[in-house]
Amino acid sequence: MHIPFTGQIINMCAALLLLIAFAMLSQRRILSLINLFSLQGLILAISTTVVAYSSQQQHLYYSAALTLLLKAIVLPMILHRLIRKLNIKWDVETLFNIPTIMLVGLALVVFAFNLAAPISQMAATITRSTLGIAMASVLLSFLMMITRSKAVPQVVGFLAMENGLFFAATSATYGMPMVVELGIALDVLVGMFILGIFFFQIRTAFDSLDLKHMEKLKEE
Amino acid sequence: MNASALLLQLMQNVLVLLAAPLLLGWINQCRAWLQNRSGAGVLQPYRNLIKLFHKDAVLAFGASPLFRITPYILLACMWLAAALVPVLATDLPLSPAVDVIALVGIFALARVFISLAAMDIGTAFGSLGARREMLVGFLAEPALLMVLFTASTISQSTSLITIVETLAHKQFVLYPSMTFAAVAFVMVLLAENARIPVDNPSTHLELTMIHEAMILEYSARHLALVEWAGALKLLAYMAIGIALFIPYGIAEAGNWNALPLAIVLLTLKLLLAGAGLAFIETISAKMRIFRVPEFMGTAFLLAVLGLLTHFLLET
Repeated sequence: MHIPFTGQIINMCAALLLLIAFAMLSQRRILSLINLFSLQGLILAISTTVVAYSSQQQHLYYSAALTLLLKAIVLPMILHRLIRKLNIKWDVETLFNIPTIMLVGLALVVFAFNLAAPISQMAATITRSTLGIAMASVLLSFLMMITRSKAVPQVVGFLAMENGLFFAATSATYGMPMVVELGIALDVLVGMFILGIFFFQIRTAFDSLDLKHMEKLKEE
Repeated sequence: MNASALLLQLMQNVLVLLAAPLLLGWINQCRAWLQNRSGAGVLQPYRNLIKLFHKDAVLAFGASPLFRITPYILLACMWLAAALVPVLATDLPLSPAVDVIALVGIFALARVFISLAAMDIGTAFGSLGARREMLVGFLAEPALLMVLFTASTISQSTSLITIVETLAHKQFVLYPSMTFAAVAFVMVLLAENARIPVDNPSTHLELTMIHEAMILEYSARHLALVEWAGALKLLAYMAIGIALFIPYGIAEAGNWNALPLAIVLLTLKLLLAGAGLAFIETISAKMRIFRVPEFMGTAFLLAVLGLLTHFLLET
Protein backbone atom coordinates (compact mmCIF):
# COMPACT_ATOMS: atom_id res chain seq x y z
CA MET A 1 0.00 0.00 0.00
CA HIS A 2 1.36 3.40 -0.91
CA ILE A 3 1.33 6.08 1.78
CA PRO A 4 1.85 9.75 0.83
CA PHE A 5 5.00 11.38 2.14
CA THR A 6 3.20 13.52 4.73
CA GLY A 7 1.59 10.36 6.01
CA GLN A 8 5.03 8.80 6.32
CA ILE A 9 6.25 11.75 8.39
CA ILE A 10 3.22 11.41 10.68
CA ASN A 11 3.88 7.68 11.05
CA MET A 12 7.51 8.47 11.87
CA CYS A 13 6.42 10.96 14.55
CA ALA A 14 4.03 8.35 15.95
CA ALA A 15 6.85 5.82 16.17
CA LEU A 16 9.06 8.39 17.92
CA LEU A 17 6.27 9.10 20.42
CA LEU A 18 6.07 5.40 21.22
CA LEU A 19 9.85 5.27 21.60
CA ILE A 20 9.74 8.22 24.02
CA ALA A 21 6.92 6.58 25.97
CA PHE A 22 9.16 3.55 26.52
CA ALA A 23 12.14 5.73 27.36
CA MET A 24 10.02 7.51 30.00
CA LEU A 25 8.93 4.16 31.39
CA SER A 26 12.51 3.12 32.07
CA GLN A 27 13.99 6.51 32.98
CA ARG A 28 15.17 6.81 36.56
CA ARG A 29 16.28 10.44 36.62
CA ILE A 30 13.68 13.14 37.14
CA LEU A 31 15.59 15.68 35.08
CA SER A 32 15.82 13.41 32.03
CA LEU A 33 12.15 12.54 32.47
CA ILE A 34 11.19 16.20 32.13
CA ASN A 35 13.44 16.60 29.08
CA LEU A 36 11.79 13.57 27.50
CA PHE A 37 8.40 15.07 28.21
CA SER A 38 9.48 18.28 26.52
CA LEU A 39 10.69 16.31 23.49
CA GLN A 40 7.36 14.50 23.38
CA GLY A 41 5.56 17.84 23.22
CA LEU A 42 7.85 18.98 20.40
CA ILE A 43 7.21 15.85 18.30
CA LEU A 44 3.49 16.15 18.99
CA ALA A 45 3.57 19.73 17.70
CA ILE A 46 5.48 18.69 14.56
CA SER A 47 3.09 15.84 13.81
CA THR A 48 0.05 18.10 14.37
CA THR A 49 1.51 20.66 11.98
CA VAL A 50 2.04 18.00 9.32
CA VAL A 51 -1.52 16.72 9.83
CA ALA A 52 -2.80 20.29 9.51
CA TYR A 53 -0.83 20.78 6.30
CA SER A 54 -1.90 17.51 4.69
CA SER A 55 -5.58 17.77 5.65
CA GLN A 56 -5.95 21.55 5.14
CA GLN A 57 -7.51 21.97 8.58
CA GLN A 58 -6.73 25.54 9.65
CA HIS A 59 -7.61 25.11 13.31
CA LEU A 60 -5.00 22.36 13.71
CA TYR A 61 -2.26 24.95 13.12
CA TYR A 62 -3.47 26.81 16.20
CA SER A 63 -3.55 23.67 18.29
CA ALA A 64 -0.06 22.77 17.06
CA ALA A 65 1.19 26.20 18.13
CA LEU A 66 -0.60 25.80 21.45
CA THR A 67 1.00 22.37 21.94
CA LEU A 68 4.43 23.71 21.17
CA LEU A 69 4.04 26.67 23.51
CA LEU A 70 2.41 24.83 26.38
CA LYS A 71 3.77 21.28 26.32
CA ALA A 72 7.23 21.77 24.88
CA ILE A 73 8.13 25.07 26.58
CA VAL A 74 5.90 26.31 29.42
CA LEU A 75 5.11 23.08 31.27
CA PRO A 76 8.70 21.76 31.20
CA MET A 77 9.86 25.19 32.41
CA ILE A 78 7.43 25.05 35.32
CA LEU A 79 8.55 21.50 36.11
CA HIS A 80 12.21 22.51 35.96
CA ARG A 81 11.54 25.37 38.35
CA LEU A 82 9.60 23.09 40.66
CA ILE A 83 12.31 20.47 40.95
CA ARG A 84 14.87 23.21 41.50
CA LYS A 85 12.81 24.72 44.29
CA LEU A 86 12.04 21.33 45.81
CA ASN A 87 15.74 20.56 45.56
CA ILE A 88 15.19 17.20 43.87
CA LYS A 89 16.90 18.02 40.59
CA TRP A 90 19.29 15.08 40.78
CA ASP A 91 16.85 12.71 42.39
CA VAL A 92 17.04 9.13 41.21
CA GLU A 93 14.05 6.93 41.71
CA THR A 94 14.58 3.32 42.68
CA LEU A 95 12.74 1.39 40.00
CA PHE A 96 12.57 -2.33 40.51
CA ASN A 97 12.68 -4.79 37.70
CA ILE A 98 12.66 -2.60 34.65
CA PRO A 99 12.60 -5.61 32.25
CA THR A 100 9.28 -6.75 33.76
CA ILE A 101 7.83 -3.27 33.44
CA MET A 102 9.00 -3.15 29.83
CA LEU A 103 7.46 -6.57 29.13
CA VAL A 104 4.14 -5.42 30.59
CA GLY A 105 4.51 -2.32 28.41
CA LEU A 106 5.04 -4.52 25.35
CA ALA A 107 1.89 -6.51 26.20
CA LEU A 108 0.00 -3.21 26.51
CA VAL A 109 1.28 -2.15 23.08
CA VAL A 110 0.04 -5.40 21.51
CA PHE A 111 -3.30 -4.94 23.28
CA ALA A 112 -3.62 -1.33 22.11
CA PHE A 113 -2.70 -2.18 18.52
CA ASN A 114 -5.35 -4.90 18.41
CA LEU A 115 -7.91 -2.67 20.08
CA ALA A 116 -7.32 0.15 17.62
CA ALA A 117 -7.31 -1.98 14.47
CA PRO A 118 -11.14 -2.16 13.99
CA ILE A 119 -11.59 1.50 14.98
CA SER A 120 -8.96 2.76 12.57
CA GLN A 121 -10.63 0.77 9.78
CA MET A 122 -13.67 3.02 10.13
CA ALA A 123 -11.81 6.32 10.32
CA ALA A 124 -11.24 8.20 7.07
CA THR A 125 -8.27 10.33 8.13
CA ILE A 126 -4.76 10.15 6.73
CA THR A 127 -3.52 9.43 10.25
CA ARG A 128 -5.83 6.55 11.09
CA SER A 129 -3.15 3.92 11.41
CA THR A 130 -1.45 5.87 14.20
CA LEU A 131 -4.47 5.46 16.48
CA GLY A 132 -3.00 2.26 17.88
CA ILE A 133 0.20 4.07 18.83
CA ALA A 134 -1.78 6.89 20.45
CA MET A 135 -3.70 4.40 22.58
CA ALA A 136 -0.49 2.56 23.40
CA SER A 137 1.15 5.77 24.64
CA VAL A 138 -1.89 6.54 26.81
CA LEU A 139 -1.69 3.06 28.35
CA LEU A 140 2.09 3.31 28.78
CA SER A 141 1.71 6.62 30.63
CA PHE A 142 -0.84 4.90 32.85
CA LEU A 143 1.67 2.15 33.53
CA MET A 144 4.29 4.75 34.32
CA MET A 145 2.00 6.42 36.86
CA ILE A 146 1.32 3.05 38.48
CA THR A 147 4.97 2.06 38.78
CA ARG A 148 6.19 5.35 40.24
CA SER A 149 5.91 6.25 43.87
CA LYS A 150 7.27 9.81 43.81
CA ALA A 151 4.99 12.73 43.11
CA VAL A 152 6.82 14.52 40.28
CA PRO A 153 7.20 11.47 37.96
CA GLN A 154 3.53 10.68 38.51
CA VAL A 155 2.60 14.17 37.39
CA VAL A 156 4.87 13.84 34.35
CA GLY A 157 3.08 10.55 33.60
CA PHE A 158 -0.25 12.33 33.86
CA LEU A 159 0.87 15.06 31.47
CA ALA A 160 2.26 12.45 29.07
CA MET A 161 -1.10 10.71 29.15
CA GLU A 162 -2.75 13.97 28.13
CA ASN A 163 -0.28 14.14 25.22
CA GLY A 164 -1.32 10.64 24.18
CA LEU A 165 -5.00 11.58 24.31
CA PHE A 166 -4.34 14.64 22.20
CA PHE A 167 -2.49 12.52 19.66
CA ALA A 168 -5.38 10.02 19.63
CA ALA A 169 -7.83 12.84 18.92
CA THR A 170 -5.70 14.15 16.03
CA SER A 171 -5.25 10.72 14.50
CA ALA A 172 -8.87 9.59 14.74
CA THR A 173 -10.83 12.75 13.90
CA TYR A 174 -8.36 15.54 13.02
CA GLY A 175 -8.55 16.96 16.51
CA MET A 176 -11.24 18.18 18.85
CA PRO A 177 -13.07 21.50 18.35
CA MET A 178 -10.96 24.52 19.21
CA VAL A 179 -13.06 25.42 22.28
CA VAL A 180 -12.49 22.00 23.80
CA GLU A 181 -8.77 22.12 23.06
CA LEU A 182 -8.39 25.56 24.62
CA GLY A 183 -10.33 24.34 27.65
CA ILE A 184 -8.09 21.29 28.07
CA ALA A 185 -4.96 23.38 27.63
CA LEU A 186 -6.12 25.77 30.33
CA ASP A 187 -7.05 22.84 32.57
CA VAL A 188 -3.62 21.30 32.20
CA LEU A 189 -1.90 24.60 32.94
CA VAL A 190 -4.01 25.35 36.00
CA GLY A 191 -3.74 21.73 37.12
CA MET A 192 0.02 22.01 36.90
CA PHE A 193 0.04 25.09 39.13
CA ILE A 194 -2.23 23.43 41.70
CA LEU A 195 -0.14 20.24 41.67
CA GLY A 196 2.95 22.39 42.13
CA ILE A 197 1.46 23.83 45.28
CA PHE A 198 0.46 20.30 46.33
CA PHE A 199 4.08 19.18 46.07
CA PHE A 200 5.10 21.70 48.70
CA GLN A 201 2.14 20.79 50.91
CA ILE A 202 2.94 17.08 50.64
CA ARG A 203 6.53 17.73 51.52
CA THR A 204 5.77 19.87 54.56
CA ALA A 205 3.24 17.27 55.77
CA PHE A 206 5.28 14.10 55.18
CA ASP A 207 8.86 15.34 54.82
CA SER A 208 9.14 13.54 51.49
CA LEU A 209 7.58 13.43 48.05
CA ASP A 210 7.07 9.68 48.21
CA LEU A 211 3.36 9.08 47.86
CA LYS A 212 3.53 5.81 49.80
CA HIS A 213 3.20 7.93 52.91
CA MET A 214 -0.25 9.00 51.77
CA GLU A 215 -1.59 5.47 51.72
CA LYS A 216 -1.93 5.45 55.48
CA LEU A 217 -5.29 6.91 56.46
CA LYS A 218 -4.86 6.89 60.23
CA GLU A 219 -2.67 9.26 62.13
CA GLU A 220 -0.30 7.73 64.56
CA MET B 1 28.70 -13.99 -12.24
CA ASN B 2 30.81 -11.70 -14.43
CA ALA B 3 34.40 -10.64 -14.12
CA SER B 4 33.70 -7.07 -13.00
CA ALA B 5 31.52 -8.23 -10.11
CA LEU B 6 34.21 -10.66 -9.08
CA LEU B 7 36.73 -7.82 -9.16
CA LEU B 8 34.46 -5.77 -6.94
CA GLN B 9 34.19 -8.65 -4.47
CA LEU B 10 37.96 -8.99 -4.39
CA MET B 11 38.35 -5.25 -3.92
CA GLN B 12 35.94 -5.24 -1.00
CA ASN B 13 37.70 -8.24 0.57
CA VAL B 14 41.06 -6.50 0.51
CA LEU B 15 39.62 -3.14 1.45
CA VAL B 16 37.83 -4.30 4.61
CA LEU B 17 40.86 -6.25 5.77
CA LEU B 18 43.13 -3.24 5.40
CA ALA B 19 40.69 -0.56 6.51
CA ALA B 20 39.49 -2.22 9.72
CA PRO B 21 42.44 -1.10 11.92
CA LEU B 22 42.13 2.38 10.43
CA LEU B 23 38.51 2.59 11.60
CA LEU B 24 39.58 1.50 15.08
CA GLY B 25 42.34 4.12 15.05
CA TRP B 26 39.88 6.79 13.98
CA ILE B 27 37.50 5.88 16.83
CA ASN B 28 40.32 5.96 19.37
CA GLN B 29 41.49 9.30 17.98
CA CYS B 30 37.95 10.73 18.24
CA ARG B 31 37.71 9.50 21.81
CA ALA B 32 41.04 11.15 22.59
CA TRP B 33 39.88 14.45 21.11
CA LEU B 34 36.59 14.32 22.98
CA GLN B 35 38.44 13.64 26.23
CA ASN B 36 40.93 16.48 25.68
CA ARG B 37 43.85 14.15 25.02
CA SER B 38 46.09 14.38 22.00
CA GLY B 39 45.73 10.72 21.02
CA ALA B 40 48.13 8.33 19.35
CA GLY B 41 47.10 9.01 15.75
CA VAL B 42 44.84 7.05 13.47
CA LEU B 43 47.66 4.72 12.40
CA GLN B 44 48.38 3.42 15.90
CA PRO B 45 46.48 0.10 15.46
CA TYR B 46 48.72 -0.72 12.46
CA ARG B 47 51.84 -0.03 14.55
CA ASN B 48 50.45 -2.28 17.28
CA LEU B 49 49.79 -5.05 14.78
CA ILE B 50 53.29 -4.77 13.26
CA LYS B 51 54.85 -4.81 16.71
CA LEU B 52 52.88 -7.89 17.72
CA PHE B 53 53.67 -9.74 14.48
CA HIS B 54 57.38 -9.25 15.13
CA LYS B 55 57.32 -10.76 18.59
CA ASP B 56 57.77 -14.39 19.51
CA ALA B 57 54.61 -16.15 20.56
CA VAL B 58 54.39 -17.56 24.07
CA LEU B 59 51.92 -20.34 24.73
CA ALA B 60 50.60 -21.25 28.13
CA PHE B 61 51.59 -24.63 29.51
CA GLY B 62 49.07 -27.25 28.40
CA ALA B 63 47.44 -25.19 25.70
CA SER B 64 45.59 -27.40 23.24
CA PRO B 65 45.61 -26.98 19.44
CA LEU B 66 42.19 -25.32 19.81
CA PHE B 67 43.89 -22.41 21.53
CA ARG B 68 46.32 -22.01 18.64
CA ILE B 69 43.85 -22.21 15.77
CA THR B 70 41.19 -19.98 17.35
CA PRO B 71 42.81 -16.68 16.26
CA TYR B 72 42.78 -17.86 12.64
CA ILE B 73 39.14 -18.98 12.88
CA LEU B 74 38.20 -15.64 14.46
CA LEU B 75 39.89 -13.65 11.73
CA ALA B 76 38.32 -15.84 9.02
CA CYS B 77 34.80 -15.46 10.47
CA MET B 78 35.04 -11.71 10.86
CA TRP B 79 36.67 -11.22 7.48
CA LEU B 80 33.92 -13.28 5.85
CA ALA B 81 31.21 -11.30 7.65
CA ALA B 82 32.73 -7.93 6.76
CA ALA B 83 33.33 -8.91 3.14
CA LEU B 84 29.80 -10.13 2.50
CA VAL B 85 27.84 -7.06 3.59
CA PRO B 86 26.95 -5.00 0.52
CA VAL B 87 28.17 -1.49 1.25
CA LEU B 88 29.73 -0.40 -2.06
CA ALA B 89 27.55 -2.02 -4.70
CA THR B 90 24.69 -4.48 -4.67
CA ASP B 91 26.19 -7.11 -6.95
CA LEU B 92 28.58 -8.88 -4.66
CA PRO B 93 28.83 -12.39 -6.16
CA LEU B 94 29.58 -14.10 -2.83
CA SER B 95 26.95 -12.29 -0.83
CA PRO B 96 24.02 -14.64 -1.71
CA ALA B 97 25.94 -17.37 0.07
CA VAL B 98 25.06 -15.77 3.38
CA ASP B 99 21.70 -14.36 4.41
CA VAL B 100 21.17 -12.41 7.61
CA ILE B 101 20.51 -15.49 9.73
CA ALA B 102 23.72 -17.17 8.58
CA LEU B 103 25.53 -13.88 9.26
CA VAL B 104 24.41 -14.01 12.90
CA GLY B 105 25.52 -17.64 12.87
CA ILE B 106 29.02 -16.64 11.76
CA PHE B 107 29.29 -14.26 14.71
CA ALA B 108 28.03 -17.02 17.02
CA LEU B 109 30.65 -19.43 15.65
CA ALA B 110 33.42 -16.95 16.41
CA ARG B 111 32.02 -16.39 19.88
CA VAL B 112 31.92 -20.10 20.65
CA PHE B 113 35.54 -20.54 19.58
CA ILE B 114 36.93 -17.56 21.50
CA SER B 115 35.05 -18.69 24.62
CA LEU B 116 36.34 -22.25 24.29
CA ALA B 117 39.88 -20.97 23.77
CA ALA B 118 39.57 -18.73 26.82
CA MET B 119 38.51 -21.67 28.97
CA ASP B 120 41.10 -23.96 27.41
CA ILE B 121 43.99 -22.49 29.38
CA GLY B 122 42.23 -22.97 32.68
CA THR B 123 42.99 -19.61 34.24
CA ALA B 124 40.31 -17.97 36.35
CA PHE B 125 40.18 -14.87 34.17
CA GLY B 126 39.68 -16.82 30.98
CA SER B 127 36.60 -18.69 32.15
CA LEU B 128 35.26 -15.57 33.85
CA GLY B 129 35.54 -13.65 30.60
CA ALA B 130 34.07 -16.53 28.61
CA ARG B 131 31.05 -16.78 30.86
CA ARG B 132 30.43 -13.06 30.72
CA GLU B 133 30.85 -13.08 26.95
CA MET B 134 28.29 -15.88 26.65
CA LEU B 135 25.88 -13.95 28.89
CA VAL B 136 26.14 -10.83 26.74
CA GLY B 137 26.10 -12.85 23.53
CA PHE B 138 23.01 -14.90 24.18
CA LEU B 139 21.11 -11.75 25.09
CA ALA B 140 22.41 -9.75 22.14
CA GLU B 141 21.79 -12.39 19.51
CA PRO B 142 17.96 -12.46 19.63
CA ALA B 143 17.93 -8.66 19.62
CA LEU B 144 20.16 -8.60 16.53
CA LEU B 145 17.97 -11.21 14.83
CA MET B 146 14.85 -9.17 15.56
CA VAL B 147 16.48 -6.06 14.07
CA LEU B 148 17.37 -8.02 10.95
CA PHE B 149 13.87 -9.54 10.78
CA THR B 150 12.36 -6.04 10.86
CA ALA B 151 14.38 -5.20 7.76
CA SER B 152 13.48 -8.58 6.28
CA THR B 153 9.74 -8.09 6.68
CA ILE B 154 10.03 -4.75 4.88
CA SER B 155 11.88 -6.24 1.92
CA GLN B 156 10.32 -9.72 2.27
CA SER B 157 13.67 -11.41 2.02
CA THR B 158 16.43 -12.40 4.38
CA SER B 159 19.07 -11.78 1.76
CA LEU B 160 21.14 -8.71 2.54
CA ILE B 161 21.32 -7.71 -1.12
CA THR B 162 17.54 -7.69 -1.51
CA ILE B 163 17.18 -5.73 1.73
CA VAL B 164 19.65 -3.09 0.62
CA GLU B 165 18.10 -2.87 -2.86
CA THR B 166 14.63 -2.42 -1.39
CA LEU B 167 15.78 0.27 1.01
CA ALA B 168 18.14 2.17 -1.26
CA HIS B 169 16.97 1.82 -4.82
CA LYS B 170 13.19 1.62 -4.64
CA GLN B 171 11.13 4.74 -4.08
CA PHE B 172 12.23 6.58 -0.93
CA VAL B 173 9.95 5.67 1.98
CA LEU B 174 10.31 6.53 5.66
CA TYR B 175 10.07 3.38 7.72
CA PRO B 176 9.05 4.14 11.33
CA SER B 177 9.84 0.56 12.34
CA MET B 178 13.46 1.12 11.36
CA THR B 179 13.77 3.85 14.03
CA PHE B 180 13.20 1.25 16.71
CA ALA B 181 15.44 -1.20 14.92
CA ALA B 182 18.21 1.42 14.68
CA VAL B 183 18.16 2.17 18.41
CA ALA B 184 18.18 -1.56 19.20
CA PHE B 185 21.00 -2.13 16.71
CA VAL B 186 23.20 0.54 18.27
CA MET B 187 22.71 -1.12 21.66
CA VAL B 188 23.63 -4.52 20.21
CA LEU B 189 26.66 -3.02 18.47
CA LEU B 190 27.92 -1.57 21.75
CA ALA B 191 27.46 -4.88 23.56
CA GLU B 192 28.85 -7.16 20.88
CA ASN B 193 31.96 -5.13 20.22
CA ALA B 194 32.88 -4.78 23.88
CA ARG B 195 32.44 -1.01 23.96
CA ILE B 196 31.37 1.23 26.84
CA PRO B 197 28.78 1.02 28.49
CA VAL B 198 28.85 -2.80 28.39
CA ASP B 199 32.59 -3.41 28.37
CA ASN B 200 35.62 -1.18 28.28
CA PRO B 201 38.06 -2.02 25.48
CA SER B 202 40.95 -0.23 27.15
CA THR B 203 40.83 -1.65 30.64
CA HIS B 204 42.45 -4.63 32.26
CA LEU B 205 40.68 -4.26 35.57
CA GLU B 206 39.59 -7.75 36.57
CA LEU B 207 36.19 -6.72 37.88
CA THR B 208 35.00 -5.14 34.68
CA MET B 209 36.68 -6.67 31.67
CA ILE B 210 34.84 -9.12 29.44
CA HIS B 211 36.55 -9.34 26.09
CA GLU B 212 40.01 -8.51 27.42
CA ALA B 213 39.72 -11.22 30.06
CA MET B 214 39.24 -13.83 27.35
CA ILE B 215 42.28 -12.87 25.30
CA LEU B 216 44.58 -12.31 28.26
CA GLU B 217 46.67 -15.40 27.49
CA TYR B 218 47.28 -14.56 23.85
CA SER B 219 50.54 -13.01 22.77
CA ALA B 220 52.42 -11.94 19.65
CA ARG B 221 50.91 -13.01 16.32
CA HIS B 222 47.95 -14.72 17.97
CA LEU B 223 47.07 -11.54 19.83
CA ALA B 224 47.56 -9.55 16.65
CA LEU B 225 45.10 -11.77 14.80
CA VAL B 226 42.56 -11.56 17.62
CA GLU B 227 42.80 -7.78 17.70
CA TRP B 228 42.59 -7.56 13.93
CA ALA B 229 39.50 -9.79 14.11
CA GLY B 230 38.04 -7.43 16.71
CA ALA B 231 38.56 -4.46 14.40
CA LEU B 232 37.00 -6.41 11.52
CA LYS B 233 34.01 -7.29 13.69
CA LEU B 234 33.46 -3.63 14.48
CA LEU B 235 33.72 -2.81 10.79
CA ALA B 236 31.30 -5.63 9.93
CA TYR B 237 28.76 -4.36 12.44
CA MET B 238 29.08 -0.81 11.17
CA ALA B 239 28.71 -2.10 7.61
CA ILE B 240 25.52 -3.94 8.59
CA GLY B 241 24.25 -0.78 10.27
CA ILE B 242 25.02 1.29 7.18
CA ALA B 243 23.42 -1.31 4.91
CA LEU B 244 20.24 -1.42 6.99
CA PHE B 245 19.72 2.18 8.01
CA ILE B 246 21.63 4.51 5.66
CA PRO B 247 22.23 2.54 2.45
CA TYR B 248 21.62 5.61 0.27
CA GLY B 249 24.33 6.22 -2.28
CA ILE B 250 25.30 2.58 -2.78
CA ALA B 251 26.01 1.80 -6.43
CA GLU B 252 23.37 -0.13 -8.34
CA ALA B 253 24.18 -3.49 -9.84
CA GLY B 254 26.37 -3.12 -12.92
CA ASN B 255 26.64 0.64 -12.58
CA TRP B 256 30.38 1.20 -12.41
CA ASN B 257 30.23 4.97 -12.80
CA ALA B 258 28.49 5.27 -9.44
CA LEU B 259 31.27 3.38 -7.68
CA PRO B 260 33.67 6.30 -6.93
CA LEU B 261 30.81 8.27 -5.39
CA ALA B 262 29.79 5.17 -3.41
CA ILE B 263 33.33 4.82 -2.05
CA VAL B 264 33.44 8.48 -0.98
CA LEU B 265 30.02 8.23 0.64
CA LEU B 266 30.92 5.01 2.42
CA THR B 267 34.09 6.60 3.81
CA LEU B 268 32.06 9.56 5.03
CA LYS B 269 29.45 7.30 6.63
CA LEU B 270 32.11 5.21 8.38
CA LEU B 271 33.88 8.35 9.64
CA LEU B 272 30.59 9.69 10.99
CA ALA B 273 29.64 6.35 12.52
CA GLY B 274 33.06 6.11 14.19
CA ALA B 275 32.79 9.63 15.57
CA GLY B 276 29.28 8.82 16.79
CA LEU B 277 30.51 5.69 18.54
CA ALA B 278 33.30 7.68 20.21
CA PHE B 279 30.73 10.26 21.29
CA ILE B 280 28.44 7.61 22.84
CA GLU B 281 31.41 6.07 24.62
CA THR B 282 32.52 9.43 25.98
CA ILE B 283 29.17 10.52 27.38
CA SER B 284 28.21 7.22 29.00
CA ALA B 285 29.70 5.46 31.98
CA LYS B 286 30.33 1.74 32.10
CA MET B 287 27.45 -0.04 33.76
CA ARG B 288 27.54 -2.84 36.27
CA ILE B 289 27.62 -6.28 34.72
CA PHE B 290 24.26 -7.10 36.32
CA ARG B 291 22.70 -4.18 34.50
CA VAL B 292 23.73 -5.66 31.14
CA PRO B 293 20.75 -8.08 30.94
CA GLU B 294 18.47 -5.08 31.49
CA PHE B 295 20.27 -3.17 28.73
CA MET B 296 20.06 -6.07 26.28
CA GLY B 297 16.46 -6.79 27.26
CA THR B 298 15.61 -3.21 26.34
CA ALA B 299 17.32 -3.69 22.98
CA PHE B 300 15.29 -6.84 22.34
CA LEU B 301 12.02 -5.16 23.32
CA LEU B 302 12.74 -2.21 21.04
CA ALA B 303 13.44 -4.56 18.15
CA VAL B 304 10.15 -6.41 18.78
CA LEU B 305 8.37 -3.05 18.94
CA GLY B 306 9.89 -2.25 15.55
CA LEU B 307 8.35 -5.42 14.12
CA LEU B 308 4.97 -4.59 15.68
CA THR B 309 5.09 -1.03 14.37
CA HIS B 310 5.86 -2.38 10.93
CA PHE B 311 2.68 -4.44 10.92
CA LEU B 312 0.62 -1.52 12.27
CA LEU B 313 1.89 1.31 10.09
CA GLU B 314 3.46 -0.10 6.98
CA THR B 315 1.18 -2.86 5.73
